[in-house]
Amino acid sequence: MNYSCSRYELKCNECGKRFGNQPLSACPDCLAPLEIAYDLEAARDLFTKENIAAGPANIWRYAALLPIPEGFQPDLPVGFTPLVRARNLGKRIGAANLYVKNDAVCFPTLSFKDRVVSVALANAQKFGFDIVGCSSTGNLANSVAAQAARLGLKATILVPADLEPAKILNTLVYGARLVRIDGNYDHVNRLCTQIADEYSWGLVNVNLRPYYAEGSKTVGYEIAEQLGWRLPDNVVVPMAGGSLIRKIRKAFNELIYLGLVEEKPVRFFGAQASGCSPISVAVKEGTDGIEPQRPNTIARSLAIGNPADGPAAAKMIRSSGGWAEDVSDVEIVSGIQELAETEGIFTETAGGVTTAVTARLYADGRISANETTVTCITGNGLKTTDALIGRYQQERAVRPRLADFDAYLRELDGITELELTTAGAL
Amino acid sequence: MSIKVTLPTAFIRHTDGRKHFNSAASNLPGLIDDIDQTFPALSTQIKDEEGKLRRFINIYVNDEDIRFLGGETYAFQDGDEIMLIPSIAGGTA
Repeated sequence: MNYSCSRYELKCNECGKRFGNQPLSACPDCLAPLEIAYDLEAARDLFTKENIAAGPANIWRYAALLPIPEGFQPDLPVGFTPLVRARNLGKRIGAANLYVKNDAVCFPTLSFKDRVVSVALANAQKFGFDIVGCSSTGNLANSVAAQAARLGLKATILVPADLEPAKILNTLVYGARLVRIDGNYDHVNRLCTQIADEYSWGLVNVNLRPYYAEGSKTVGYEIAEQLGWRLPDNVVVPMAGGSLIRKIRKAFNELIYLGLVEEKPVRFFGAQASGCSPISVAVKEGTDGIEPQRPNTIARSLAIGNPADGPAAAKMIRSSGGWAEDVSDVEIVSGIQELAETEGIFTETAGGVTTAVTARLYADGRISANETTVTCITGNGLKTTDALIGRYQQERAVRPRLADFDAYLRELDGITELELTTAGAL
Repeated sequence: MSIKVTLPTAFIRHTDGRKHFNSAASNLPGLIDDIDQTFPALSTQIKDEEGKLRRFINIYVNDEDIRFLGGETYAFQDGDEIMLIPSIAGGTA
């Protein structure tokens, strides 16, 4: 497999200056975020449906439009997660053409962060970092720890001290050094910015951020390819820093520009928890200005009170004709249960946010029943089981005898003699 | 009264290599005025065309975002440590 990449370099979103390729996330002149700019014309001959189809069943099939260094030979099969037709959930919420992009099963650590980390660490190696790390609300920590272990890199990871226990464990098990910070994610983020300024570490979402963020585009590429090289009418995306929703649009725009899909308007809908909803508030108020919030929600992976990509995300959502919505913690838990009960997909709290917001968007008439909508599930429920504590009780153990089993069933509400007899006859 | 100001490394080319400096400013507008006078080259970097602080720059007072303290109306206390930091992102999405 030839993993030829198109030419790319860092470009300032604000002033347009270019900075080549280096571990740098903010413009040295105006501090605006840097992004990767590609020579899309040069990509025309590389980024074709034929070449993509000939590639592996993972994100590296899109290598031609990812910022991976010359000669890099990826061998970690990340991504190409299922796009699931959600008929049962659709019936429940009044959606006839609903799909779930299920990154709860992304390899290797069960969240979409595996995509971004694989791209980031390819560049960390290129830039010669021996130590990598990140600030994280959990999923990123898991992914950096796992992939650093595989690549033989040391990892130092900073997280808020009150993170879900499963996310802590899922970082430590890979041998990473985990530093719990006594503060919320915004405090952790600020500290990591200072660390990147002082230490020669490759922090994937700080000084490697432009490269890391490009990994998110693969969600958009996959959605289009899995829909038969067409774009959906709507995409519902969870928002923390606001990066993913923008990168999915970037993917769609690149596909349109290169002629891989027909041009059509796609509306983007952002999902947040009411306990941390700065982007949703900005969209509802019709402004790009983000007022920071102090997070207070069970959806900790979305709990960023001062999202760096928030202004751009809010602007993009509005310009697409979409909307942003936020839901309560109670609705988040219901969203987790609803997706599990209808589609057999167990998502983390962020997915509960996305599912509950999707239901709200249909209920409010912001999305019509027949439109094709993709709702993005970005992480696995096994990591946030504490959100469901008290929701389910285990029944008493039953002795391994048929008579005991019969008696047990009779104890359960709603099981009648007739039902037992009928079941037995079958 | 004196506050201690810390700048990101990206800016020290405008401050003769100094990453820290002290200021007697009593609030954020006063600090920006002080930067205007002391480091005019830096001043043009941190402000936009309308003379306002660029939106990508976050100001922290000790450990707190100044916007939670009242923003421009916050009165610096003697010994406050002020940091200018670019906004960065993260989290799940």
